[in-house]
Amino acid sequence: MELWYTEKHTENVSLSIKVDKQIYSGKSEFQRIDIFESKEFGRIMVLDGYLMLTEKDEFIYHEMITHVAMCVHPDPKRVLVIGGGDGGTVRELTKYDFIEKIDLVEIDEEVVDVSKKYLHSTALKLDDPRVTCYYEDGLKFIRRVHDEYDIIIVDSTDPFGPGEGLFTREFYGNCYKALHDDGIMVNQHESPFYEGDAEAMQRAHKRICMSFPISKVYQVHIPTYPSGHWLFGFASKKYHPVKGVNWDRWKNFGLKLKYYNTALHAGAFALPNYVEELLRDVES
Amino acid sequence: MEYYSQDRAPVLEALEKMKRARLVPFDVPGHKRGRGNPELTEFLGEQCLSVDVNSMKMLDNLCHPVSVIKDAERLAADAFGAAHAFFMVGGTTSAVQAMVMTACKQGDKIIIPRNVHRSAINAMILCGAVPVYVNPQMDSMLGISLGMSVADVEQAIKDNPDAKAVFVNNPTYYGICSDIKSIAKLAHDNGMLLLADEAHGSHLYFSDKLPVAAMHAGADMAALSMHKSGGSLTQSSILLIGDRVSEGYVHQIINLTQTTSASYLLLASLDVSRRNMALRGREMIDKIIDQVEYARDEINAIGDYYAYSRELINGDSIFDFDITKLSVYTRSIGLAGIEVYDLLRDEYDIQTEFGDIANLLAYVSVGDRLKDIERLVSALAEIRRNYRQTGRKMLKAEYINPQVVCGPQEAFYGEKESLPIDKTVGRVCSEFVMCYPPGIPILAPGERITEEILQYIRYAKKKGCSMTGPEDMDIKFLNVMK
Repeated sequence: MELWYTEKHTENVSLSIKVDKQIYSGKSEFQRIDIFESKEFGRIMVLDGYLMLTEKDEFIYHEMITHVAMCVHPDPKRVLVIGGGDGGTVRELTKYDFIEKIDLVEIDEEVVDVSKKYLHSTALKLDDPRVTCYYEDGLKFIRRVHDEYDIIIVDSTDPFGPGEGLFTREFYGNCYKALHDDGIMVNQHESPFYEGDAEAMQRAHKRICMSFPISKVYQVHIPTYPSGHWLFGFASKKYHPVKGVNWDRWKNFGLKLKYYNTALHAGAFALPNYVEELLRDVES
Repeated sequence: MEYYSQDRAPVLEALEKMKRARLVPFDVPGHKRGRGNPELTEFLGEQCLSVDVNSMKMLDNLCHPVSVIKDAERLAADAFGAAHAFFMVGGTTSAVQAMVMTACKQGDKIIIPRNVHRSAINAMILCGAVPVYVNPQMDSMLGISLGMSVADVEQAIKDNPDAKAVFVNNPTYYGICSDIKSIAKLAHDNGMLLLADEAHGSHLYFSDKLPVAAMHAGADMAALSMHKSGGSLTQSSILLIGDRVSEGYVHQIINLTQTTSASYLLLASLDVSRRNMALRGREMIDKIIDQVEYARDEINAIGDYYAYSRELINGDSIFDFDITKLSVYTRSIGLAGIEVYDLLRDEYDIQTEFGDIANLLAYVSVGDRLKDIERLVSALAEIRRNYRQTGRKMLKAEYINPQVVCGPQEAFYGEKESLPIDKTVGRVCSEFVMCYPPGIPILAPGERITEEILQYIRYAKKKGCSMTGPEDMDIKFLNVMK
């Protein structure tokens, strides 16, 4: 018997992973949640049929969505994570002792529960005393917040389904308002490769540019995401993501990571020409 | 299963039966179940085209219903508590026209608030009825016209004992209701009919948390936009009548202007929506009320904006308020409603119903999701943060009492000339000028043009309101009576 999980990346392309067994399947108020066990990628979390993370390659995503901003900001003490119920981003943040407060806003409490139960290696730091979990719509949460955070990490699902409100201009504008004067927002920015993803990527970039004076994009390679070529957004009120960064300061923290290093950080902002062009098209 | 029970849908069932019969169509429409127009079929779907059919024996005929349409109309009448219901395929405009033309002949008077939809005055152009306008009270801060005061209606009836009918908006676009029960009694005591424009009120029939529905308050005729709060397809409406008017005569009036090729897509949508409202209307409306109340609280918590509700009720010109309506006063952030409406669409990808010079109206219905409400509220918060203006001179809307010189028909068909709009002060307008939506005329045929009115038109144009009505689409010229 062979069991395969298949995700359609476009109408004509799909990725299949051989599944050993299904560990969990359930339906929350917002979405269907599945956990599979696989030989190649370890455990896999799937929401509404879309692959969210695998144990084998989640480190790439979580390190890169977290450490870039942590390296750029000279003194981040209060960090907000929107989405990210699997706990991977929070896990990376807890590696910094000087962070005082980590707020996690996840719309779907069941994603957190399922992650704690079945994805121990990503969710293990959700009980850190600095972490507070809020189970509500990110757009609603951020609306009430003014001048509160140094860094906001938007660890969202795709621009359809429960996460669609997190790709809107009103959301990015509210994030701007919720940040301190030198705050940074990093967001999951979709992919430039396939047409549908690229359009979502352009829309997000356009909307972020409307709210932040500095809006850059960096790239990362995630084997299980469509095309493997993925982007994050770096939006900032004051700091450039590369110029003027005190790299030594970060190196002195002495963190041992699997993907991120400062040279890669600087290089990740160098983008292929076609991606530069897609971004330029929507910058006014 | 009993045939006359609300879980049935006779038109829908007949269409399904027709599909199973696999008839060979040698009748119109010529697309023949979509086969003759593959592009349209691909766009709308095969299901849709396969039931875009013509009247036939098993499907009845809207012009003269004897079977399934008649049964569906009877079920609708039962659901809404009326003596009879007519399915309308020309929008609520056609239902409003049927009401006015049923009640009035050439030269007959009708007592009517000035803030009616253009369809009511259009009907007067067609049949020659003459309006007796009742000044709808105005809320000077919100700049919206309200309901009619009962005393004003009483006075109008006293002054015009020969009038044939009283016309009431139930509610207005903004959700404001007059005391329709008392007005119905007044009309009946004086031998007049009570006609209700319920373009924004078809849901009132299915909840006890909302203002009274017209037929329940004693109205003789009511025009309902099922396609607004009822969930049916655009252009489909229902006309309800009571015992005081003749079903056969109303039918004749409707057939004067109604198509003889009524769309079965529209008819089926009315049938299904009636069933849905009858079976599940109460819970659907409860959900809408919850969402709108939530949105109102959140919008009011932003600051400056004012999302108004039942606190406006004053026992007369605001006798009741439809809490499913989400109207927001925006002038307090220094922006006209129409400016916020444009920003929402252009900058935030949110399309609302309309903006006037002081208010924004977002239409919330059974199809809305809480996450969309969050987007609307958040976008309004962002608009306030990014676009708020202070010290800007904003025109305060006031009720401009119309000077009616002659009836709409006389003015519309009379000898006229076209003048540059600035040269028209003092002349009698022979056409409509309005912002659409909401479609309430600023000028109606037969009314004198004043400087005050022109100032309002210029201001609304400048703010970006979509102006319609005149023969000259750019509204640089107006037709006036010679």
